[in-house]
Amino acid sequence: MPLLVKTRSFLRNLLFFGRRDSDLDQEIRSHLEMLIEENLRAGMPPKEAQRAARIELGGSEQVKEQVREARLGNWLRSVVSDCHFGIRQLRKNPGFAAVAIVTLAMAVGANAVVFGVLNALILHPLHLPDAETLYEIQHGNEDSLYQSYPDYLDLRDRNHSFDGLAACNGAEANLDSGENPYRAWLYEVSGNYFDVLGVQPYLGRVFHTSDEHGANSAPYIVLSYASWHTRFQDDRGAVGRTVQLNKHAFTIVGVAPPEFHGTLAFFNPDFFVPIVNQEQVDGENLLDTRGKRWVFVTLGHLRAGVTQAQATSDLNSIGSYLEKTYPKDDDQRSFTLARPGLYGDYLGKPVRAFMTALMLLAGLILLAACANLGSLFAARAADRSREVALRLALGATRARVMRQLFTEAVLLSLMGGAVGLLGSLVLLRGLSVWQPFSKFPIHLPVNPDTNVYAVALLLALTSGFLFGAVPVRQVLRTDPYEIVKSGTVGKVGRKITVRDVLLGMQIALCAVLVTSSMVAVRGLERSLRGNFGFEPLNLTLADTDLHMAGYNGDDVAEMQRRMIDVTETIPGVTSVGLISAMPLVSRGYTGSLIFTDETPDLRPSNAAADAFLFSVSPGYFQAVGTALLMGRTITWHDDKNAPRVAMINQEFARKTFGSPTKAMGRYFKQRDGTRIQVVGIVEDGKYNNLTEDPQPAMFVSILQTPSSQTYLAIRSERDLAQLVPAIRSTVQQLDPGLPLYIEPCRKQMNTVLFPSRMAAMSLGVLGGMGAMLSITGIFGIAAYSVTKRLRELGIRMALGAQRKEVLVAALGRAIKLLAFGSATGLLLGILASRVLSSIVYQATPRDPLVLAGVVLAMALLGMLATWIPARRALSIDPAILLREE
Amino acid sequence: MKTEQTAILQGTLDMLILRSLLAGEMHGLGVSRRIEQLTGGTFSVKPGSLFPALHRMEEEGWISAFWGDSENNRRAKYYRLTKAGRKQLEVETQKWGRISWAIARALEAS
Repeated sequence: MPLLVKTRSFLRNLLFFGRRDSDLDQEIRSHLEMLIEENLRAGMPPKEAQRAARIELGGSEQVKEQVREARLGNWLRSVVSDCHFGIRQLRKNPGFAAVAIVTLAMAVGANAVVFGVLNALILHPLHLPDAETLYEIQHGNEDSLYQSYPDYLDLRDRNHSFDGLAACNGAEANLDSGENPYRAWLYEVSGNYFDVLGVQPYLGRVFHTSDEHGANSAPYIVLSYASWHTRFQDDRGAVGRTVQLNKHAFTIVGVAPPEFHGTLAFFNPDFFVPIVNQEQVDGENLLDTRGKRWVFVTLGHLRAGVTQAQATSDLNSIGSYLEKTYPKDDDQRSFTLARPGLYGDYLGKPVRAFMTALMLLAGLILLAACANLGSLFAARAADRSREVALRLALGATRARVMRQLFTEAVLLSLMGGAVGLLGSLVLLRGLSVWQPFSKFPIHLPVNPDTNVYAVALLLALTSGFLFGAVPVRQVLRTDPYEIVKSGTVGKVGRKITVRDVLLGMQIALCAVLVTSSMVAVRGLERSLRGNFGFEPLNLTLADTDLHMAGYNGDDVAEMQRRMIDVTETIPGVTSVGLISAMPLVSRGYTGSLIFTDETPDLRPSNAAADAFLFSVSPGYFQAVGTALLMGRTITWHDDKNAPRVAMINQEFARKTFGSPTKAMGRYFKQRDGTRIQVVGIVEDGKYNNLTEDPQPAMFVSILQTPSSQTYLAIRSERDLAQLVPAIRSTVQQLDPGLPLYIEPCRKQMNTVLFPSRMAAMSLGVLGGMGAMLSITGIFGIAAYSVTKRLRELGIRMALGAQRKEVLVAALGRAIKLLAFGSATGLLLGILASRVLSSIVYQATPRDPLVLAGVVLAMALLGMLATWIPARRALSIDPAILLREE
Repeated sequence: MKTEQTAILQGTLDMLILRSLLAGEMHGLGVSRRIEQLTGGTFSVKPGSLFPALHRMEEEGWISAFWGDSENNRRAKYYRLTKAGRKQLEVETQKWGRISWAIARALEAS
């Protein structure tokens, strides 16, 4: 059993190294003594006998070392001793070690965080079995996934590409389980939803297709694990209980497993109900309306062997069938597939682009850190050239010396990587419990997994080898004889080195980051002061859905009128208005197709515009501060019996009628043929997000187009701490069971500001890191050049050079690099900002403040980095220096 | 000391050590002298090659080591052939036979 014997020897060598070594020592000693005895016996005099024996042995230390090298496991042992030596070396120079570890920790940490988010959102958005064959269906001509329910049924039943097609739609409802009713977020899901996704219940059961028997036939609830935990305190008895959902009785039939959060990566619903019961949730039966697209996502697993292209053409043939069969409702139906989890390409595309860009930036930062550490390492290797030369002279091979240097580099990178990973774990865990919007169950599910650890480790090791490799050439060229003889030879190079280019690139990168973060911050600031078409300052929103509270038909309008009336009586309230969906706050509004009065055929492709539709009360425009440009506002006389009227914005007027003046008094038609007269023009505003182009919008009377969704816009300069409770108590005097959500408009607008906030924040963090790296880089190069040229500078000073000249000589190179790098970076940053403008409102680098800010920041950075080397250069005392040498 | 000593041929050291241990257990110096004797003084093994080889062969399991007393009552490390070592000697001897036959043939050919 040779393997067994070898393993035993290997272990013995490792574990009992000390005993093995003293054994060897003794063996060699006895060998020498026996040699001497032999010589004595041969008749040599004692001294001669010893000498001859020693010559024959040939150096007992060398023999021992040769034996050690022949042993099994010798490689491992020497690595361990390299590590010991490396740690000792690093301890001797704690400043260097600290700089290297901190730099690496930041760079690796940044990469780990970015990768963690990328991993969670893009690589593994849903924790579902066989997620790689799961696809969402989106429309071919727009980034939208909405389907009408009848269309979904046709897609589900007519396709030959999917193993079942599931549908789900997010909604809000009032859930009353006996104690404190609350507004919950839920998914309306098709009966096959859980079966298609392969989700097994944690408790009880889930729904199946067999539960669906027409509208409102399946009043069942499957709780999410999280809401079962928080709202029902892990009570197993919750299954089987009957609760009130919007005042309808529903039975809790089961609990979903903990890892299942629905099919949107960042949106956790409280529970699931069958989609056939949507009328009880939404207040309006939409199951048979083909013209209204409201089903949020349809998705399923591709059948084995079906390619994406095959599936797409299959879906499109269904699309053309739908076009032919229902020309009025579906006249442009084409489909494509999208990866699940991020709502098709609508969110998926920008999120993927942004994350890829961030990952790229983080990678560049790591590269820059490696370049920096590489030059620090090279400088250190130069300082240690005597040591290296000595080791070479004593017979160490160059490979052995290099292995020592690499061991140090890898040690540093592992320590840095560990610190960085730890930091990123804390950050990622923080991110994943963070809920940016109090009103929505939105969060970033970025809990780190093994992928993140593996990537961090890999990056740390790679960077260790990268920067460890920088001084290799230097070591290979070391001539021990010259160095031991004459000490370090400082060559003052004039040519541009690789190190210079690396540092220049790094400064440029830092300038790019500083520029783009400043552009982002300025854009953010501008978007806070921007013109939204209304004034959010001192505006408070109270929103509710009257349908959830059990109001139907004419009761809704009646209640809304009473709500406005009582709110107006609250002291300090200057004006109150009501709207069905608040621009930039609620996301529930959809477009409405508009036709000119002359269009006879009302099919979607003939539409003149796709306008946002808002139902408003009289007084809305005054309350929110939207300027009326022409005509009149809605009044309480524009009721059900009066002719239909609308107020439109400028963009609507331009698009449909050519200009605002031409639009006044004219008529347009809605999809159902209703003729509406334009009675007023208001200013344009922002409706969906801050970066959108001007969009057409119309405002109709809430009496003529009723909406149970209700936003009370209340203008008041009163302190919020008093105003909010006053509104709550006043409105709830009308109906104590009314679910009411009150918050200042500014705060509710966080949703639309979120992307630009995130962009500004992440760019700011990266910019800060880039700046720190540049500082260490410039510092390194400046300090190195001052050290190398101390003698020359001393002579110059002795010969009468002025302080300025000394500084120029010592730091000129670093400053030139800084200036060149900053200029390049600024230019690149200006180019990069075009990308930013899709995320951040009015992001433009052609802003004197940004330009000045970048120049100032880079100058400050340069001063910080060169401060210590400059002080050192100026404090040179030529007399002392020259005497020393 | 003989004048015409040659460095041991690459790859034959193991075989010679195994062969010399065939006579019985012996210490490092004994092995070294035995090889000189066996080869009629043509080959001498320097300690710098002998000891690494002995230790390596011990790890391979061909020989085993133990501490004993030398002829002058000095503690010395002794080596002895194991079963695996005898087998290895056979293998190496056969191999060497083939090589020397081939070389001899090559040199005799005209």
